[in-house]
Amino acid sequence: MKTPARLDIDAILDDEGTRIIVCCGAGGVGKTTTAAALGLRAAERGRCAVVLTVDPARRLAQSMGLTELDNTPRLVSSPEGGGRLYAMMLDMKRTFDEIIEAHADPARARQILSNPFYQSLSSSFSGTQEYMAMEKLGQLRRSDEWDLIIVDTPPSRSALDFLDAPERLGRFLDGRFIKLLTAPAKAGGRSAFRLLNAGFGLMAGAMTKLLGAQVIKDLQTFVSALDAVFGGFRQRAEMTYQLLQAPGTAFLVVAAPERDAMREASYFVERLAEERMPLAGLVVNRVHTSPASGLSAARSAAAAEDLESRGEHELTAAVLRLHAGRMQLSAREHREQEHFISAHPTVPVVRVRAMSEDVHDLTGLRQIGDLLATA
Amino acid sequence: MDSPDPDWADVRLHVVTGKGGTGKTTVAAALALALASGGRKVLLVEVEGRQGIAQIFDLPPLPYEERRIAVAPSGGDVYALAIDPEEAMLEYMEMFYGMRRAGRALTKMGIVDFATTVAPGFRDVLVTGKTTEAVRRRGRNGRRVYDAVVLDAPPTGRITRFLNVTKEVAGLARVGPIKNHSDLVSGVVKSPETAVHFVTLLEEMPVQETLDGIAELRSAGLPAGGIFINMVRQSLLPQAALDSAVKGRLDPDEIVLGLKAAGVADGAQATELAAALAGEVVEHAHRTELERAERETLAGAGVTSYELPLLADGVDLAGLYELAETMRTQGAA
Repeated sequence: MKTPARLDIDAILDDEGTRIIVCCGAGGVGKTTTAAALGLRAAERGRCAVVLTVDPARRLAQSMGLTELDNTPRLVSSPEGGGRLYAMMLDMKRTFDEIIEAHADPARARQILSNPFYQSLSSSFSGTQEYMAMEKLGQLRRSDEWDLIIVDTPPSRSALDFLDAPERLGRFLDGRFIKLLTAPAKAGGRSAFRLLNAGFGLMAGAMTKLLGAQVIKDLQTFVSALDAVFGGFRQRAEMTYQLLQAPGTAFLVVAAPERDAMREASYFVERLAEERMPLAGLVVNRVHTSPASGLSAARSAAAAEDLESRGEHELTAAVLRLHAGRMQLSAREHREQEHFISAHPTVPVVRVRAMSEDVHDLTGLRQIGDLLATA
Repeated sequence: MDSPDPDWADVRLHVVTGKGGTGKTTVAAALALALASGGRKVLLVEVEGRQGIAQIFDLPPLPYEERRIAVAPSGGDVYALAIDPEEAMLEYMEMFYGMRRAGRALTKMGIVDFATTVAPGFRDVLVTGKTTEAVRRRGRNGRRVYDAVVLDAPPTGRITRFLNVTKEVAGLARVGPIKNHSDLVSGVVKSPETAVHFVTLLEEMPVQETLDGIAELRSAGLPAGGIFINMVRQSLLPQAALDSAVKGRLDPDEIVLGLKAAGVADGAQATELAAALAGEVVEHAHRTELERAERETLAGAGVTSYELPLLADGVDLAGLYELAETMRTQGAA
């Protein structure tokens, strides 16, 4: 395996041109922890940073002193040297409501907010969280109160969802079906009108059968109300997208040395390249290493077997077995990373060794930050 | 050989959930094999479009079709199905209304995309609907087609919402076919024929999520099943050695002697190596201690738990059979 370049975390954090860091990757690889640790390290190196997190594990939130999901950045730490760390948890519904309120007159906003379809969309649409995280990111960036924003992407079904969500929402609002629901008569020339109308009749019949008449009515109200605020939506999504492509943004793909996570990391790197998003590098969390790596798994296991067959030095035999297992694990983790590294030899990588305990406080986050920067 | 009295003998629908990274799909696949062994027929269902089953069984991507993918130990078949909500909707419209053409029109118009986008509750009801249909399906002889159905479900954070379909679509459809359909699904999911199993690791975050998930499930009136503790590492060291390692009192001299006796190292090299190995032991001891604490925390949930070993060579087909066997000896199937 080629040795990839080392990802220099401190160079990214210290560069004042870095304004946004996006941590992305599969679920369960320690994205949020990485984001929080980067935030703390940045603050301790003098940056005024805010960590925007979506649905963090309770302990991790507590480690930063976050207790509620309230959409407000809270001061976590103000280390000597003038840096600051803020953190906030995204309230997806609140963020969505605010957009509606900002783009619709009060009467229309009320109509939208109380519609059952809006309530479903705003609280559980599988792209809403991603979309709102990006929206919030845009808001924080425009406020210019922080010189570094670190965002961890939602634990999506697919790690790519947050890139697709704004477009999906846009496409959805722009779709033929929405157009039909809002104004079937606006559909253009006569022949097109006839065609669409026939389609619409068939469809409306099927819909009514399937969903019931009340649902169709709710849906129509919702769509026509939303249609009015839709222009602003599209525009904002595009702005955020451009912000992500801008030079001040750094994407960090986070993974663990496991097959699925590394595969997801590969997809992600390829996708970021396609979208011309600036990739800074790959963070591989939870890597097992050994302080006695000179003693191979095979030799260690053979020695253990030798001692066991002689019935001597039971403790040493067990210790050698333990070591052999660890070397095996390390070799397997190495293999899982190989594919990625040979496919993407130019992507800088940093490996963070596995910790025996979860992070509970700022000390733990600081330790992770040290590992990220010096590994 | 059949387990004398498996813990979930009356369960027909096994829902498997877990935090990302805990090996949910692996456990679901192994459970399907375990349940099928001894001549039974089991359907393994996946719903998130990730083709995880195909990957784990080393097969090309699965279509929307039930097909046999594995033979269980001592006879028995595992079938697999990757549910696509759009296909499920078309099938549903044809089955209940004979409206396949209209269904195609809806798909073309982007309405299925629309419905599942605006209201994921619809998507979930289609997916769980198809799953429960397979659970209820009977052959010409009047017997159930599948002895059991194993569902590789969405992760712990989403599981209650996913299964609680009636509540999720209630605001959207108070009456009408969707409502009726979701009531039917709910009837199966909330019955004693269903068990929701959690996959976890002996680590803080997944354990906490498991407990939160079980509590959430119970308050929604959904049946919690067992806990599968995955990737359990066997402790090779005697408890006394672990205890002294945790207290920082592990004696490296004994390891030095052992290393010399085995001819692994000599002199200063042996001392150095012993110190490095002792470091590994201390780390291992700390982790074992944490794992013990997490195991106790899990026991507090009052749910049966099973332990599955960490597979040294990663998950392959042989590993799946090994896990299935472990499940059977522990009475999970």
